[in-house]
Amino acid sequence: MKRDVVITGIGIVSSLGEGIGIHAQALAAGGPPVVDAAAFAPYPVHPLKALELDLQIPKKSDQRQMEPWQRLGVYAAGVALDDAGLKQDADAKAMLQVIVAAGGGERDHGVDAAILTDLRGANAAGSLLNERLMGDLRPTLFLAQLSNLLAGNIAIVHGVTGASRTFMGEEQAGVDAIRTAHARIAAGQAEVMLVGGAYNAERRDMLLLFELGGYLRKGDFAPVFAREDAPGIITGSAAAFLVIESAERAAARGAKTHARLEHVAATRSRRAPGSVEAALRALIAGFGTAPPEALAISAATGTAGITAEEAAAIATLPQAKRIATGDLVGHTLEAAFPVSIALAAAALSTGQAGEALVTGAGHWRGEGAARLVRA
Amino acid sequence: MSTQHRDAKGRPIVAVTGLGIVTSLGQGKQANWDALTAGKSGIHRIERFPTEGLRTTMGGTVDFLFDDAFTAPELSEKLATLAADEAVAQSRLGQPGDFPGELFMAVPPVEMEWPQKQELAQPIDGPVDYDGLLREAATLKHKPMHEMFLFGTVADHIADRFGTKGSPISLSTACSSGATAIQMGVEAIRRGDTQSALCIGTDGSVHAEALIRFSLLSALSTRNDVPEAAAKPFSKDRDGFVMGEGAGALVLEDYDHALARGATILGIVAGCGERGDGFHRTRSSPDGKPAILAMQDALDDAGVTPDDVDYINAHGTSTPENDKMEAMSCAAVFGERMARLPISSNKSMIGHTLTAAGAVEAVISFMTIANGRIPPTINYTNPDPAIALDVVPNVARDAKVSTVISNSFGFGGQNTSLVLMAGPST
Repeated sequence: MKRDVVITGIGIVSSLGEGIGIHAQALAAGGPPVVDAAAFAPYPVHPLKALELDLQIPKKSDQRQMEPWQRLGVYAAGVALDDAGLKQDADAKAMLQVIVAAGGGERDHGVDAAILTDLRGANAAGSLLNERLMGDLRPTLFLAQLSNLLAGNIAIVHGVTGASRTFMGEEQAGVDAIRTAHARIAAGQAEVMLVGGAYNAERRDMLLLFELGGYLRKGDFAPVFAREDAPGIITGSAAAFLVIESAERAAARGAKTHARLEHVAATRSRRAPGSVEAALRALIAGFGTAPPEALAISAATGTAGITAEEAAAIATLPQAKRIATGDLVGHTLEAAFPVSIALAAAALSTGQAGEALVTGAGHWRGEGAARLVRA
Repeated sequence: MSTQHRDAKGRPIVAVTGLGIVTSLGQGKQANWDALTAGKSGIHRIERFPTEGLRTTMGGTVDFLFDDAFTAPELSEKLATLAADEAVAQSRLGQPGDFPGELFMAVPPVEMEWPQKQELAQPIDGPVDYDGLLREAATLKHKPMHEMFLFGTVADHIADRFGTKGSPISLSTACSSGATAIQMGVEAIRRGDTQSALCIGTDGSVHAEALIRFSLLSALSTRNDVPEAAAKPFSKDRDGFVMGEGAGALVLEDYDHALARGATILGIVAGCGERGDGFHRTRSSPDGKPAILAMQDALDDAGVTPDDVDYINAHGTSTPENDKMEAMSCAAVFGERMARLPISSNKSMIGHTLTAAGAVEAVISFMTIANGRIPPTINYTNPDPAIALDVVPNVARDAKVSTVISNSFGFGGQNTSLVLMAGPST
């Protein structure tokens, strides 16, 4: 049994703002992006456009218990539920299954810096570390940085008490979240799911991990596919959540459908020159032939080598137009693929294209692709 | 064409053809089974890092695998590798380095650890800040740290080593993660996406900050004087859980696929149930509703009734709240039978292996079925009169066990139950 799967709710927030309209406009115009090259220099980032958190997270106590990436995700999930007309539907929310692609690990910068300063040259570094962590760590910080607590907060704030699963593993977590949600609905293992991810780029602790590997672009913004002078990722703060459900159920409840999610596929090539291009081409070939008017949306990172390979894979398609998600909102790691799917669905929903193809190769591992058609 | 076996709902049956385990009690099924049925504890004083100034100084750490210092992802990978080696070898599925199915892994969330941050901080002049750490990172002298602390790396390395197919899943549902990894394997096989799955839960993340974080939430036992007696699930004087480490690995396989290649069927994962909880970030709904529904969903998914269950492998963390909630939920599901239905907690001996627990305890549950012997709940000398249960106190018990329900509950409202059964022929 393979059932049709449709997208009935889109919640997207980024440096451009909030909602389908503003992101559809940016897609049509191809930008321009909002970039801050100064605050985290030499690393440019796409800063989040401030949200009116109260709209989706009414209790201040809930807002306080979350770090920014969780607030961002909970907010976007609320927008998606509103858009799908499920926010007030307690029965639906009690059965709604959730998959979140998450990182986590936002640190208390001040505490870390002070401890590291004092540890240098300390005689009994181990016991000093214990003393400082026992005294300086906020007990609730653990929960505010724990990966599965974005899903936990969606349950608490929005009353979504179907089960949740959190996928980790950088970009590929986002691909696999969408892939798994699609597969479960297509196979009749679930009727409706809330799936997405969130990323907060405006933190030095988040930049650190990628800079250790030399993966960040320094200096000014340049388009994802034109960074040969200084290849690398420009991260952005963004979140996207989607309500996806069986076409049957959506029709039965009279829901508006933004797009049909036809195929989602993922693989993990053993990285070597050419492996990303070959992997993406094989995934896309599995979808059948795309019509000439397909819109190509790429979640490419800007990383040297593999970004050009992704461009080469896309170039083999009869595409009408190619957009890099990174050129609009920056690269958003776990959220990059969900954001790209949300953009594709927004494009189809607003009549910009009849069909969209989404690709993405993780900066370190994993390749994914999806095909969406007008509902 | 051979007969197609289907479950009560018309789906492929999910067989277990390989099991592997590592805990603080030892490496491998035999070592663990011997210790578990002897009522031995793997919990001891922590020697891995200084414990001065900590409220809790013990754990069920796995200390026999490395001579030098290691990080949580390195230990987690090693534990997973050993458990998966044992499970895959037992299954005789595929070839070494060429496992024909998909990989579903419960892994602890990782982040850069203090020794690595200190290494970055060392060359910085004056006060350390993150700008300084970033400048040091930009020298690319510490490049291996990037791969080491990516969330996806442990599963990536396991996928490379075992040659699993497709895109490996790294997942977290907090303390029910191991059960969720099994559930995802079951779903993939039922969908026909894959005919086999390697499902692993692993956790080697007992380091100072991890311990302190749980300690600051007042979740841990502080009975440091006699570490092996600290984990006291269902006892009146239980005062928190004890962190443990370990890994459990299961080879799941479409039953017909296993039969066709003449594999030994070790058991069946018959049903899975999961429910969220919007009550609180760390506490369960006081009425136990999500846990009750998770168990009922798992029974329904398996097509069995509460009366068919012979034994409950409890989440049984030894925290005041969990054990009370779990006992109440079990009473709601199993009714009057609960007074004589055996329920025991492996955590009394190995501690709470966190991300790995659901998988570790599923492996132990299948050993319980195979051996007809129920591992006890040790340290049960002071029963909680508010929780009248047959916890299989202190001494293992021989019993015919065909159907087990294994519970896993976690922070963030994660509740997962699995129904695990003997193979059809036994």
